[in-house]
Amino acid sequence: MSTVRAPTPLLRRLWLSTDARRLAACVAGGLVLAVMTGPEGSGTAPTSGFTGSLGNSRVIGFVVFGVVLWLLMTARQRYGTEIRAVSDRLSAAPRRLLPDKRVRGVFYLVLLGIAIGYPTVLNGFWQEVLVDQIGVYVLLALGLNVVVGYAGLLDLGYIAFYAIGAYSAAYWTGALPVHPLFHLNAFYAIPLAVLAAMLAGVILGAPTLRLRGDYLAIVTLGFGEIIEIVANNLQGVTGGAQGVIGIPHFSIHFLGVVYHWGLGSLPYYYLLLGFIVVVLIAFHFLENSRVGRAWVAIREDEVAAESSGINVLKYKVMAFAIGASTSGLAGMVEASKIGFVEPGDFTVQLSILILVLVIFGGMGSLPGAVIGAAVLQFLPQYLRVHPLFGFQQQDLYLYLGAILVVMMIFRPVGVFPSRRRKRELGLAEHGVGSADAMESTTGPIS
Amino acid sequence: MVPTATASDPIVQVEAITLRFGGLTSLSDVSLTQQRGEILAVIGPNGAGKTSLFNCLTGVYHPQEGNITFHDDHGKSVEIVGPKPRFAGLGGKSHVRNHGRKPHQVNRAGIARTFQTSRLFNALTAFENVKIGVESRMHTGPIGAMLRLPRTRHEDRESDARASELLEFVGLRERANDIASSLPYGDRRRLEIARALGTSPQLLLLDEPAAGTNPAEKNELVRLIRKVNDERGVSVLLIEHDMGLVMTLADRIVVLNFGQVIASGVPAEVQQNPAVIEAYLGAPDPEDAYDTSGPAEDGPEK
Ligand SMILES: Nc1ncnc2c1ncn2[C@@H]1O[C@H](COP(=O)(O)OP(=O)(O)OP(=O)(O)O)[C@@H](O)[C@H]1O
Ligand SMILES: [Mg+2]
Repeated sequence: MSTVRAPTPLLRRLWLSTDARRLAACVAGGLVLAVMTGPEGSGTAPTSGFTGSLGNSRVIGFVVFGVVLWLLMTARQRYGTEIRAVSDRLSAAPRRLLPDKRVRGVFYLVLLGIAIGYPTVLNGFWQEVLVDQIGVYVLLALGLNVVVGYAGLLDLGYIAFYAIGAYSAAYWTGALPVHPLFHLNAFYAIPLAVLAAMLAGVILGAPTLRLRGDYLAIVTLGFGEIIEIVANNLQGVTGGAQGVIGIPHFSIHFLGVVYHWGLGSLPYYYLLLGFIVVVLIAFHFLENSRVGRAWVAIREDEVAAESSGINVLKYKVMAFAIGASTSGLAGMVEASKIGFVEPGDFTVQLSILILVLVIFGGMGSLPGAVIGAAVLQFLPQYLRVHPLFGFQQQDLYLYLGAILVVMMIFRPVGVFPSRRRKRELGLAEHGVGSADAMESTTGPIS
Repeated sequence: MVPTATASDPIVQVEAITLRFGGLTSLSDVSLTQQRGEILAVIGPNGAGKTSLFNCLTGVYHPQEGNITFHDDHGKSVEIVGPKPRFAGLGGKSHVRNHGRKPHQVNRAGIARTFQTSRLFNALTAFENVKIGVESRMHTGPIGAMLRLPRTRHEDRESDARASELLEFVGLRERANDIASSLPYGDRRRLEIARALGTSPQLLLLDEPAAGTNPAEKNELVRLIRKVNDERGVSVLLIEHDMGLVMTLADRIVVLNFGQVIASGVPAEVQQNPAVIEAYLGAPDPEDAYDTSGPAEDGPEK
């Protein structure tokens, strides 16, 4: 009974401890990250990649990252429910603090006031970031949110519609090698660009949205590639790989009002802000309408939805087309602002980036899409100016990937999830139903 | 088919449908007619093809052979399944293939259903579940929704009122704001009926509505189905394993076995029918088939 056992050696005890093993894994992960983001080796000094990235002070940052990740994981394991409760309460705070509709209205007005006033005190660089990196991507994220968040469709070729918007801008203003039917001022070409993107959405969506889940993702991925390749190769129409220049800035001459958007970023910022506000209001109404509820129904249970009289295909195409037009609008504005388009702007990577913005913010949630896009687009720019741990732009996707992985572990619903989505994911975790229309129904339906 | 005393006014006619899954024939040459206003029960052992029949009636499955025709209350006939000539290409003869409507089209025509394992929109409230059913009959499109046009708001109020009224009707008014997945079994069943009624059907298909409910809930359910039939004038086609419930509710019964109709008629007749007794006694688990109190066990994969 009371035999004295030899003490287990320390190393073995450590190895047996899950915590210690996990710590080792996290730190190792941090080190891998350091090597991957560090300098590359060369033929003459093949190991310089390692020594260069592990031998200087930046490695400390990555080790700290590993330890922090480990602390988070351990804390989550010990105090998971408490942490979840706190984070839920935090993300619900705005709603609870602003119960009254009028108070909320004032809050939004104040936010809008800040959005209008604050940029004026920024320098030119940040004003430009606000348009090119944040405004445009907020708009893109809002559009993709309709497709992915509302209708539950995985679209991996979303940037194609942005390209269509941008090339429409070039076409109608006469910047392309092909001549338009009639020349239009860029501003008045907006509806046509939006329409073109929407049509593309319908044409792509109508036949493919019958497919379920992964097939749709593959088809949209292919479509994105096709658009990029066509833009690259159809020299006579798109200007080929060099792209086209000379897309004029917006201007209006209307009922005595004359205004030209020039080289400055601010006017474009306000234009975008206007679009974003309109889109936000429209999508808010949409979400809480018959159409929005039909999307939820489809997402939750397609068989039940169609048996309840919902034309599933029609609503999917609708979501696709609305997302596409928003994307087209963003492309149009950006093309006119920077004055040129080139196929290199429309890579699959960007489609993925926008998807990450939506997932990070919280699928199906308007504040989520806005905040997700704003934060994730702001951070790299900030880090570019104030490099931390030797942040380099080309490592961006690595960090985004890491953020996504961490998010999926700790908060799969995103930072500001919609209440419905959160419930769905909660139910899916407990094996009730699926969170998406993405999975296929097989076997007998009963 | 037993001739009814009243003049024939069918609401749905199923004519010789055959449904195959690869080598498996789950319905073979099934015909039946339901009269308007009638409560018709479909019974049969597990795997007899009852749910498959419902799936054919609602456009979920398309039988390879046969016709299904729905005659709505306004004298319009809708072919749910029927042969449709297809052009086979140059040189070939155009051949005839069965063509079926999609589930949402069938629903629009006036047939609503519930599922054997309830399929609610689980993350939504009871109220929203019903409202989705009601709204499938409205017209607000994306533009109207985004602009919140007066008509949109009007439809919204109207569907709110209808949904509340239906929740009241099935006795779930207090549960309106509960999340569907949190409801007890019996309530889920009734909620599914409310959602189906929201689409203003003329024919309601109920797939084992009493499965898994306790005796008190079962009584409620019988009353509810009666009410649906009497007050709303909805014809009811009912699959049920609970013989007690079938005998009290059904005007007529159709018995399926191995995908074939083996008997039909008024309850008293069917009960005496030797083929029916044989089918049930020959069933792998007669206990199950005759069970009138406990929940009917489902086959695998339900
Ligand atoms: N989608 C499908 N694919 C393959 N086989 C199917 C499919 N749907 C139904 N079947 C088969 O058809 C037969 C009849 O099934 P059905 O679900 O209609 O029976 P049921 O009478 O409703 O039985 P239960 O009382 O158990 O609900 C079964 O053998 C079933 O496996
Ligand atoms: Mg069944």
